[in-house]
Amino acid sequence: MNRATPIADPTAPLARRNPVAKLAAAGVLALALVISLDPVGPAVALAAELAAVPFFGLRYRALGRRTWPLLVGVAGMLFSLVLFAADREHIVASALALALRLLAVALPGVIVFATTDPTDLADALVQNARVSPRFAIGTLAAWRLVPLMGEEWRLIGQARRARGIDPGRDPLARLRLLASASFTLLVGAIRRGTRLATAMDARGFDSGVPRTTARVQRFGAADTALVAGAAVLAAAALTLSVLTGYFNPLFS
Amino acid sequence: MSTVRLRGFGHRHPGRRRWAVRGVDLDIAHGERVALLGPSGAGKSTLLAALAGLLPPEAGDREGTVEIDGRDPREARDRVGIVFQDPQSQLVMERAGDDVAFGLENRGTPPDDIPRLVAAALDRVGFPYPPLRATSALSGGEQQRLALAGALVHGPGLLLLDEPTANLDPPGARLVREVLAAVGDTTQIVVEHRIAELTGQLDRIVVLEPGGGIRADGPPEKVFAEHGDALAADGVWVPGLPLPAHPAAGPPGEELLRAELLGFRPVFTGLHTTVRAAEALAVVGPNGAGKSTLARLLGGLLAPTDGRVAATAALAGPDADRPPHRWRARALAARIGSVFQNPAHQFVTARVRDELTLGAADPARADDLLVRLRLDALAGANPHTLSGGEQRRLSVATALAAAPRLLVLDEPTFGQDRRTWSELVALLAALRDEGHGVVAVTHDDAFRSALGARALRLGAREPAEAAR
Repeated sequence: MNRATPIADPTAPLARRNPVAKLAAAGVLALALVISLDPVGPAVALAAELAAVPFFGLRYRALGRRTWPLLVGVAGMLFSLVLFAADREHIVASALALALRLLAVALPGVIVFATTDPTDLADALVQNARVSPRFAIGTLAAWRLVPLMGEEWRLIGQARRARGIDPGRDPLARLRLLASASFTLLVGAIRRGTRLATAMDARGFDSGVPRTTARVQRFGAADTALVAGAAVLAAAALTLSVLTGYFNPLFS
Repeated sequence: MSTVRLRGFGHRHPGRRRWAVRGVDLDIAHGERVALLGPSGAGKSTLLAALAGLLPPEAGDREGTVEIDGRDPREARDRVGIVFQDPQSQLVMERAGDDVAFGLENRGTPPDDIPRLVAAALDRVGFPYPPLRATSALSGGEQQRLALAGALVHGPGLLLLDEPTANLDPPGARLVREVLAAVGDTTQIVVEHRIAELTGQLDRIVVLEPGGGIRADGPPEKVFAEHGDALAADGVWVPGLPLPAHPAAGPPGEELLRAELLGFRPVFTGLHTTVRAAEALAVVGPNGAGKSTLARLLGGLLAPTDGRVAATAALAGPDADRPPHRWRARALAARIGSVFQNPAHQFVTARVRDELTLGAADPARADDLLVRLRLDALAGANPHTLSGGEQRRLSVATALAAAPRLLVLDEPTFGQDRRTWSELVALLAALRDEGHGVVAVTHDDAFRSALGARALRLGAREPAEAAR
C-alpha cells in the first residue's frame, strides 16, 4: 500500500479542510521551525500538533504505524550523535533539539497526506493554488501507477531467479543484479508512462481548451482559519523560544 | 456518426527506413463497423493513431491525406474516441466517475453538465457499479468497459479500438464485445487479433498489405472466403479454420513434482497435484483463483505459506530432499524453466543470442534454439525491440536454454497471433513427447485441447479467505 493513502476519518473537522489550506498550514509551521536552532519552539509546536491529531480524524496508533520509519530514523540519528560525539554534554542538547525539530516539521506533512485524498489534493492545487493542470493531473495519473511498480519489482526478481541468476553472497554481483533489475523496471515504467500520456492526450488533455472541473474544491473561512491557526502557533512557538532565551537563529 | 477518407496515406516513423503504412486509399461511411487486419508490422496501429490525431506530421514523414468528416484528424479530436489494449495505462483517475469525467473536463464542458453525461456514459456501457467505485478494484474487462465509457462520453462519431480485448480473459473480452455490439451512433474501426468472436458484429473487413496498400476489402464472409488461407498464414485468426491438434504420443512418464496440501495465503490452500514427465498439465480457473501464484510455487520462485512442493529424484537428483524454492537459481533453471506472462521481465541482456548463451550449458544449444524458434535472423537484435510474438518465442527459448526437464508457463498464448500460437503449441507438444513435463496456466481452451492437456481447475477464491 502507498504511504500516502488517506487513513483518516474524512468527516473529521480538520480532515475536511481544503488540501491547499492543510499544505499551507504545514508550510507555515515548517518555515517558522527552521528559523531557529533551539529546542523550545519545536517542543511547543510538536505538542500542539500532537494535540490536533484527533481533530484530523486520526488515531494515534494509526499515525504511529504510518510514521514508524521516521521515528526509527530520528532515534537512530539521536543515538549515533550522542554515541560518537567528543563533547558529549553539549551534543545531547543539540541532538535533542534537532530530533524535536525534525519531528515537528515532518509531522504536519505526514498528517496532510494521511488525511487527504490524492484526487482532492490535485483538484485543490489546480482550483485554489492555480497550479497548472498539466502538472497536477499528470502527477496524479502517474501516482496511480506507483503501486503497480511494487508488483513489477517482485516479478522481475522472480524472473531473474528463473533465469538462473542469483547473486549469492558476492556484494558486487548483488549490485550488478540490482542495477540490471532497476533498468528493466525503468524501461517498463517509461513504456507504461508513455502509453498513459498518449491515452490522456487522446482524451483531449492536450486540447488547449481551458479545462473545467467536475469536482469543486472550496476554500472557505474555516480553511483560512486553519492557516491562521498555524501562523498563530508558529508565532507562539517562536515567541516562547525568544522569551525563554533559547532563541538561536539559523543565520546569525 | 463520422466518415473517414484516406488518399494515398503513408507514415514513416522518425529514424526508420521502412514506411509503417503506405499507399492506403480508404473510404469508411457513416456508422460502418470495420475491422482492420493484417500481419504484425502492417501498420494497423499506426493508421489508428493517425485517425486519432495522435501522429503529428512532424513526427516522421507523411504522404497523402487523411480526413475525418472532411477535417484533419488533429482538428477533429472531439469527433473521435479511442480505446487501447492495456486498461492499466489508460485509466487516469482513482474513481470510475472521475475517470469518465476526465475527457469532458479537458474539452471544457460546463461543470453542471458533467454528472449527467458521466452517468449516461456509464449506463451506455452497462457499468455495474456506482461512480465512486475505485478503478483499481475493477477486473480487466470492467476496466476496459470504463475506458469505453471515457471514450464515448463526449459523443464521438468515430470510435477507434486498438486490440481492446487482447489483454483480457475470455469473460472480460465478452464484456467488451457486448458493449461494442450495443453502441449505436458511431462508426467503429477495430484492430484485433482474435477476430472470430467479433465477426458477427462487423460490416466490413479491410486487410492491410505489409508492403503498402490494401490487400482485401469487403464483407467478412467474402474476405475470409477469398483470402482466408493467406490471412491465416499471416497470423490472422480466421474464423472456422481448424486448428492443429497434437495429442500426446505416449502415456505420461515418471513423476517430477508433487504439491502436497500446498497453499499460498490468502490466495488458496490445500492443493494436491502431481506433475509428470511427457505430460501437459493445464491450470485453469477464473481470475483471482491463484493460477499464476501456483505457477510460481511450482516453478520454485515463491515459498508456500502452507504445505509443500516436493521434487522427485528424477527431476532434482541430489536436491530432491529440499523444496525447489530453496535451490540455488542456477540449479533451479537447469531443472525447471519458467516463462512469465510478460516476456520483457525475463530479458537480462542486450542481444537475443546473449539471452540464450547466458543460461545454456553449451553454445550449440543456443544456436539450436535460435533456429528452432525462428529467431536466428534476430540473433543480434535487442530483446526489447522485438515484436510481441518474437518476444514470446524468445522468452520460451530462454527458459529452455539451461535444458530443464520441466517447463512452467504463465498464459503463453495470451495476445498471440495465430501463427505464433500454432508454433508454440507444436513446440510444447514436441517437448512433451521428448519427455519434458509441461505445466501451463491458461484461459485458452483451444490451447488446452490442442495439447490434449490434463486440466487442473482452481476454484474461485472463497469470500472468507479473500477478506483476510
